[in-house]
Amino acid sequence: MSERYVAAIDQGTASSRCLVFDRSARLVSVAQKEHHHIFPRPGWVEHDAMEIWDNVEEVVEGALSAAQLSDSDLVGVGIANQRESTLVWDRATGEPVHNAINWQDTRTDQLVRELAGDAGVDRYRERTGLPLTTYFSGPKVRWLLDHVPDLRRRAEAGEVLFGTIDSWLIWRLTGRHLTDVTNASRTMLMNLHTLDWDEVLLEELGVPRAMLPEIRPSAEVYGEAGSGPLEGVPVAAALGDQQAALFGQACFAPGQAKCTYGTGSFLLFNTGAQPVTSRSGLITTLACRVGPEPPTYALEGSIAVTGALVQWLRDNIGVIDSAPEIETLARTVEDNGGCYFVPAFSGLFAPHWRGDARGVIAGLTSYITKGHLARAVLEATAWQTLEVVEAINGDAGMDLRMLRVDGGMTANNLLMQILADVLDVPVVRPIVAETVSLGAAYAAGLAVGFWPDEDALQANWHKAAEWLPHMDPAKRARGYRKWRKAVARTVDWLDEDDELETV
Amino acid sequence: MPGTIQSIERAAAILRLLSGRARRMGVVDIAGELGLSKGTVHGLLRTLQQEGFIEQDAESGKYQLGAALLHMGSSYLDGNELRTRALNWSDSLATRSREAVRIGTLLDDKVLIVHHVFRPDDSLQTLEVGSLLPAHATAVGKVLLADHLYVAAELARSGLEGFTDATITDPDRLERELTRIRNQGWAADIGELVPGQVSYAAPIVDRRGLTVGAMGIFGPPERLLAARQPRPDLLSYVREGARSVSRELGAIPW
Repeated sequence: MSERYVAAIDQGTASSRCLVFDRSARLVSVAQKEHHHIFPRPGWVEHDAMEIWDNVEEVVEGALSAAQLSDSDLVGVGIANQRESTLVWDRATGEPVHNAINWQDTRTDQLVRELAGDAGVDRYRERTGLPLTTYFSGPKVRWLLDHVPDLRRRAEAGEVLFGTIDSWLIWRLTGRHLTDVTNASRTMLMNLHTLDWDEVLLEELGVPRAMLPEIRPSAEVYGEAGSGPLEGVPVAAALGDQQAALFGQACFAPGQAKCTYGTGSFLLFNTGAQPVTSRSGLITTLACRVGPEPPTYALEGSIAVTGALVQWLRDNIGVIDSAPEIETLARTVEDNGGCYFVPAFSGLFAPHWRGDARGVIAGLTSYITKGHLARAVLEATAWQTLEVVEAINGDAGMDLRMLRVDGGMTANNLLMQILADVLDVPVVRPIVAETVSLGAAYAAGLAVGFWPDEDALQANWHKAAEWLPHMDPAKRARGYRKWRKAVARTVDWLDEDDELETV
Repeated sequence: MPGTIQSIERAAAILRLLSGRARRMGVVDIAGELGLSKGTVHGLLRTLQQEGFIEQDAESGKYQLGAALLHMGSSYLDGNELRTRALNWSDSLATRSREAVRIGTLLDDKVLIVHHVFRPDDSLQTLEVGSLLPAHATAVGKVLLADHLYVAAELARSGLEGFTDATITDPDRLERELTRIRNQGWAADIGELVPGQVSYAAPIVDRRGLTVGAMGIFGPPERLLAARQPRPDLLSYVREGARSVSRELGAIPW
């Protein structure tokens, strides 16, 4: 029998990629293409959904031809996608009625504030697990319904369809209009407990049910791809990208967690079969649902500024020429010299939620050198992770025992050691760094029986590196105390009349 | 004692400065750091540049150590930078070979391990990043010495320490071995540092064709040797991996 493969389409914010894996989860081939960002106004971010679709077809073809594979070598394809980005298209012609509104787009700011009203941002938290912010899809669809001529009538008549990027790709590939639970959990329209569209939310957000996709498991054969490079290949999985990374990191059991360290960072913690409502402003989300099995849930904490702070040091301050050099610079000193850097560049996020905060470098003395500053920059990522982990431990009622990490910053050994020291748990980097794509491939492979069960996937997960905590507990406690004092100094910075300059 | 020559002292001070942390500096910074006038520093820089000891970055106009120096001593590619650029390829090498991977650079006459990927079998392993290994007794080290003969000669002069019966302690033998390695493009160490441990390595080359590091695998002879010789399949993974990293660093694709 010839070797078979599983493909993953990773449709991200910046680019579309296709990766092909073999049965031992080894990366066989990869192709990538970036797409344009459209900025019609300040704060608005859009994508051309047709460009994205064309790119997806192109990268699939590229990845297959690079490895000299054809559609018949594939057992299935899974999709991992940028979450929350919102699209409406014409059911008959397949043409988008408007550009896709990207998750970063803030045009729904006013709408979201109106929805929150006196009840506040937690108005729908119990139902959806989400705070009312501009990221989520429901308010974005509502904006389209309010602003695209005749769209509401056509939506009610079932002439146009709403979907996140997973829906768009599945519809293009198979002709079916559906979405997976993880993506649906980011719309603010799905009830976290019933896993169905919520009548109350549909009513209050004013979104007609006729335009919504069917909510399906994350791993299931949705259909076979029609003509194109994947003709006849089962489309067998879809997950939001961070959930895909959690799955790719083999965090299948309650208490397992991963953090992806990029420009910003996303920590997802598997809480098992029950959703845990956060008391500290974290997001409750679906982790995955494999076929007819019960779903698993996760708590999610995001950190806005991690790698971005290193880039800031490189681009805005110029004390380093490249991001990896920060490690070299930080290693010129033994410790932070008493210096703490809180990068609240656009406020403090989870678990503080203070929009009026701005960044602070605390503890400066004449002794501080750029080496100390570099250390403080790296430590900022670790302390921010600790804050999220503490919030999660409190909400979930169980403690993180080990953190699985991925993303660009994991190349920084000093940072990973600091992270282990600060969290006081082992930090482990897996050997396949492409966890997002791997998660989509895993889910698709499970759905078509390429892998029998999650144990088989677990067997593919290997440590590439591990950092163990060595820090003296008293020293950690002192450091955390200082960090919190530095955090306290960031708040209440913004004044009413600053608003115009900063927005 | 004969008097010293001031301009050479000053040139040396500039080179020392550029080999330090900053690595890339402008005329004003150098002048400030050495307490010299801008004009004096400019003259020194121009001469050093002509000799190839320093070069000017086209974009920033700043000065850095030049290729001529690299041929004499060890490389200056930041080890952390090298690890970051190599990460995907080192992981892929570990997955393909199912052995532990390490990347080393020269630090004086030793090998500094800048990256280590565990053998993918979940056995208990400890990160060796930051440790120093003898250059003449490891595959990674021999690959680096083969392209830094000045360092090899220094090492031979100070005496080649023996670690096992297989360690090369004779300078002439080392020279022949390094010539062979340069020609074949890879090195093997069969129990030369630790009895019962084998390692292979191939050079990582940057866009100027300079060997800035070496990547290889290590493990027991049962897995790494066939008929007492390096296994061709594993060797080709190592060489392809190192070539991929070189390509990543901008070396001519081949």
